[in-house]
Amino acid sequence: MNSIRVPRFTFWRAVFVVLMLAGLYASWVRFYYGLGAATNLSDQFPWGLWIGFDVLCGVGLAAGGFTLVAVVHIFNIERYKPILRPAILTAFLGYLLVIVALLFDLGRPLVIWHAIIMWNPHSVMFEVAWCVMLYTTVLFLEFVPVVFERLRWKAPLRVIRAISIPLVIVGVILSTLHQSSLGSLFLIVPHKLHPLWYSPFQPVFFFVSAVAGGLAMTIFEGWHSSRALGRPFELPLLESMGRVLAVLLLVYLTMRALDLTHRGVWSYVFENRTESYLFGLEIALMLLPMLLLFRGHVRENPGALYGSALLVLFGFVANRLNVSVTGMEAASGTHYVPKWTEVAITLAIVAVGFAVFRLAAAYLPVFEESEAAAPALEAEAVPAPAGGD
Amino acid sequence: MALAILYDSTLCVGCRQCESACAERWGLPYNDAVAAEEKLSDHKLTAIQTHGEKFSRRLCMHCNEPTCASVCPVGALQKTALGPVVYYEDRCIGCRYCMTACPFQVPAYEWSKRWPRVKKCDMCYDRQKAGKPTACTEACPTGATICGDRDALIAQARRRIAEKPKDYYPKIYGLQEVGGTSVLFLSSVPFEQIGLRTTLPQQALPALTWRALAAVPDVATLGFVTLGGIYWITHRRETVAAAENRLRKGGAK
Repeated sequence: MNSIRVPRFTFWRAVFVVLMLAGLYASWVRFYYGLGAATNLSDQFPWGLWIGFDVLCGVGLAAGGFTLVAVVHIFNIERYKPILRPAILTAFLGYLLVIVALLFDLGRPLVIWHAIIMWNPHSVMFEVAWCVMLYTTVLFLEFVPVVFERLRWKAPLRVIRAISIPLVIVGVILSTLHQSSLGSLFLIVPHKLHPLWYSPFQPVFFFVSAVAGGLAMTIFEGWHSSRALGRPFELPLLESMGRVLAVLLLVYLTMRALDLTHRGVWSYVFENRTESYLFGLEIALMLLPMLLLFRGHVRENPGALYGSALLVLFGFVANRLNVSVTGMEAASGTHYVPKWTEVAITLAIVAVGFAVFRLAAAYLPVFEESEAAAPALEAEAVPAPAGGD
Repeated sequence: MALAILYDSTLCVGCRQCESACAERWGLPYNDAVAAEEKLSDHKLTAIQTHGEKFSRRLCMHCNEPTCASVCPVGALQKTALGPVVYYEDRCIGCRYCMTACPFQVPAYEWSKRWPRVKKCDMCYDRQKAGKPTACTEACPTGATICGDRDALIAQARRRIAEKPKDYYPKIYGLQEVGGTSVLFLSSVPFEQIGLRTTLPQQALPALTWRALAAVPDVATLGFVTLGGIYWITHRRETVAAAENRLRKGGAK
């Protein structure tokens, strides 16, 4: 009677196991021998793949969470509700993994909590640290109702519902602040960051591109969960999201073009230098999906819509790596290529993200909203705010 | 009174006594191999560099408004009233933003340690507090490195340039770079020829990020009001619609 189910051995599970083993070994190298042994970082080049990809891209691509929360709960556009919970889950997981990545990158990970009691309000990093701490807490509170529903815990659900509106608003503000502040981190390096990327408007660019990247991530994850979990692809919803994404990309690229014009640095675009090619690549990876997404038959074709979103994700990653890594190389006087251990840890963290998402989607009511318990952040379940009439 | 160091490249003979004294003060090994290294690192907090016939010296510039101190999230780097920029390792979390941000690429990291520290010159803060000159000043046999009050050193540098205009490039490096530094340089040639960055802005860098940070309270306040307002508008329609529905149903009965 009691048959134990042995997990089937599939290709992706094999990949997962390999990535985990490599990641474990790399973690041992990192924490036993130190950053020098595990990375190709140096005094000239102190930030690399972990900051550029794991942290900057991790936070940026989790922006779908706050964007959809704002759309559904603040702008009250209810039809996006079916994809809200997966977006919150993605964001919550994203932030947790960013914190894990930070623990790898920080030289003294055990005292990361110093940021709580040792303040320096003049530091952008300080502000980012606080926003990330607070927003991860908000995301936890936005996500945990799913767990309470599964466990049928009514009382805590009611508590969270009672504070849901201020919670949602605070979450959106915290996100706005730190998504842009990740760009502000680079305002202090006018002498190091290549002029194609050093802009006083970097915080605005980071914010707008994070919203675009977050939406692209939502389309990406809609496609994958429909395939992996055998759910229908939410085409009408994601099609209209593709429309929004196209406009956002247009706004973003226009801002970037105006910025280049006002700073008078267009000439750098056409130089025969690595930076110019990488800049071209980054822009192409935003421009091409924008043009595609403006076409109706692209948006209405799930595969093409997914492909366009994927291009946006690549463009987003290219931008973050250009700002934090490649754009900083020339001035540093060194050449940085991540060590295999850096790559192994990054891949392991991404793999954990996919796996946990998959498990959560399988065991928690992430996609279907249970009928017994109304969705936790449901607007109508909350008393109207003071002065509502 | 703000303490400073004046390094006069025209007087330097490249004997590296400053390097040796610095290593001794920090308890770092110093031998021919270390002496041959011309860049700053976790085991070399000052370095003499050769540029053809000329010498130059690398050390923390102790900026008047230090970029490193402004970016450190936990305040592990601080500008002291006395002048030196000092590092409190007990606060440091190892984010290395100071290293990324420093316009002079000074802070070095103990990459091979499990519990690493940032390493940089602290202008012998403990010695200076006790009224003693820095170890490098004490060791310098030619007077190429001297220390003292910043204003007095600036006056002296100007005097040297005025007295021997042929021997000096007529500028003091560090007077205005990134808002002024507590380490000043004199040279016989333009400063970029002895490896100093001459493209740095005159204004202190922390202002660049402060402009963005100063907007945070306003963005947060306006954001709260605006989003709350939008919520009120978008959900009010619903409340009204529901009330009307009830009325209509009531009226039909």
